[in-house]
Amino acid sequence: MKRLIAKRLIHLLPVLLGMSLAAFFIIQAAPGDFFSQMALNPEISPETISLMKQEFGLDKPVAVQYLYWLKNLALGNLGISFSYHLPVTTLIRFRLLNTLSLAFFSMMLSWLIALPLGVFAGYRERSISDRLSSAFAYLSISMPSFFLALLCVYLASKTTFIPIGGTRSVFDIDAGLWSRFVDYFKHLLLPGLVLAFVNIGWLFRLMRNNFIEAYGSPYIRAAWAKGLPVPQIIFRHAFKNALNPMFTILGLEIGSLLNGAALVEIVTNWPGMGSLMLDAVLSQDLYLVMGSLIIGGVLLIAGNLIGDLLLMANDPRIRLS
Amino acid sequence: MKIFLTRLNACGFFAAAGFWSLVALYLIALCADLLIPYPYDLQMRDRAFHPPIRIHIMEKGQVRIPFVYQSTLIDPVGKKYQEDTSQRYPIRLFAQGVERKMFGFWKTDRYLFGVSEPAGIHLLGTDMYGRDIFSRIVCGGRISLSISLIGVILSFSFGMLTGGISGYFGGVIDQIMMRATEILMVFPSFYLMLSLRAIFPLSLSSVQIYLLIVVILSFIGWAGLARIIRGMVLSIREEEYVLAARSVGVSHWRILFFHILPNTFSYAITAVTLAVPGYIVGEAALSLLGIGIQEPYPSWGNILASTVGNLRILSDAPWMLLPGLAIFFVLVNFNLLGDALRSVFDPKNW
Repeated sequence: MKRLIAKRLIHLLPVLLGMSLAAFFIIQAAPGDFFSQMALNPEISPETISLMKQEFGLDKPVAVQYLYWLKNLALGNLGISFSYHLPVTTLIRFRLLNTLSLAFFSMMLSWLIALPLGVFAGYRERSISDRLSSAFAYLSISMPSFFLALLCVYLASKTTFIPIGGTRSVFDIDAGLWSRFVDYFKHLLLPGLVLAFVNIGWLFRLMRNNFIEAYGSPYIRAAWAKGLPVPQIIFRHAFKNALNPMFTILGLEIGSLLNGAALVEIVTNWPGMGSLMLDAVLSQDLYLVMGSLIIGGVLLIAGNLIGDLLLMANDPRIRLS
Repeated sequence: MKIFLTRLNACGFFAAAGFWSLVALYLIALCADLLIPYPYDLQMRDRAFHPPIRIHIMEKGQVRIPFVYQSTLIDPVGKKYQEDTSQRYPIRLFAQGVERKMFGFWKTDRYLFGVSEPAGIHLLGTDMYGRDIFSRIVCGGRISLSISLIGVILSFSFGMLTGGISGYFGGVIDQIMMRATEILMVFPSFYLMLSLRAIFPLSLSSVQIYLLIVVILSFIGWAGLARIIRGMVLSIREEEYVLAARSVGVSHWRILFFHILPNTFSYAITAVTLAVPGYIVGEAALSLLGIGIQEPYPSWGNILASTVGNLRILSDAPWMLLPGLAIFFVLVNFNLLGDALRSVFDPKNW
């Protein structure tokens, strides 16, 4: 198992390298010399500019620049944001925490709803409840996340049950840890619910189809013939086998959540990676764009790895081969 | 075509409904200029944030030709309007209005329907400049629907071409292609979309932006399809009819384009249908964030844009959210049609 993980990690290295190369050249292709733009800005001292030029070797040819950037990347230095005047890593750290908690919350919620619903609908294929939940899945798949987010912001603005935007209320800076957590959670609720809703549909459909396929297999008939109790057949035999493809999905899910989360974050004003990325693009804050792109890619790769590990844990056939 | 429609009908009511709704939507988008009551960029500043108009058919217990009342602004700050019930303004067909150029060349001052001034027929209300939302949604559909269609066709032709070549010829080309798609798929697509947009200046002419969005969307979309087509070509390549074609001296390119790729069409058409929603959402998202289609040209995304981060507009003028409903409706229909196509093309159901 450990060897398998190590092998996967080694295999990832060229992909990471290619990714950084791609990100670097996307940024290089952008027009305008941002240092001339910086030089016009009275807030930035010439010392800072020359320091950055030195640090990233920006007076040297492009290939050398890439190596400098790679060296800085390896040391955990993603450069300095032009518009925030802060290191990119500091900026991303705060935003990443918010995005990850949003993604984690909505993922937990959508999986906890979609999986049982999928098993239930698959077990009672073609029944009324199956049809109803499939119709609900259509609704969820076809709903653009930003539209639902806008609708929810509208409703929230009418009812004032849940706060809109930001991560904390203005008034309780000195509150205790627990009430701060509750406050954070309340702010998380709106984007989290929106994201969970649009995520449920396709998870449900996958789970339902997997379950129907597993439930039709010969080993289920064998289990019936043995006279096993129904819950055991459903959960121990059919569900556990139907779950295998879902672990691969879990890996891909992290990427799609980052995409979905970005838009929802911007619309609901949740300070995460998505809004940071948009700000960076709008202000042509190039190192910030590059850093966010890299972090996004790393998260996606990490997600795939976690999915594979879970699959290995659940399916002994893969562990042995 | 006839066989297709019969099979589609066999898939049930919803599949057929999805198909015909899409046909209707594209027709509406195509003749948008004929249907609108106002030019999409006509500003009527005295009617900003006018709510959707009420169409009456009864007056003092008598049934009349459908008519509207003139509404006057009674509260310029809160944007409150009141109907002036002293005079009726019946809705006329082929009504006279502001002169405009229909389809870009035909000068006319006639509209399919309308009311005479000073009343206004704003079926879905107006925005902050007093532009008619209904006209903007209908004209915006032209952009949103065409961008997604062109983008999908572009990326799928490219995906099939690269997937086919790399699956059929293999070797170094295959290696390079597959590494390229891997790297492309490592980035979260929304982040990639934003950073690709960042390569180009923020202010461009409207035609340039239109083309740019098409190119960005198809650049992001082709990789996934190329990989699947490659897999299919890999297995079709080993079929005996390919060997037979080869033995009578058919060239490699001809085999690829006329013998192998057509066998992937049924999959590709389904995949195209299910991919269109992603392109529509992609365009809407870019325009929503203000880096897509620019004013005064309407697209479903940029009509919504004014509500983002602006609670006042959102709570005072919720009809500004209607383009989102249009997107939702199109997405539902594409998903219904895609699922139907999947079962139409599934040999198990023949």
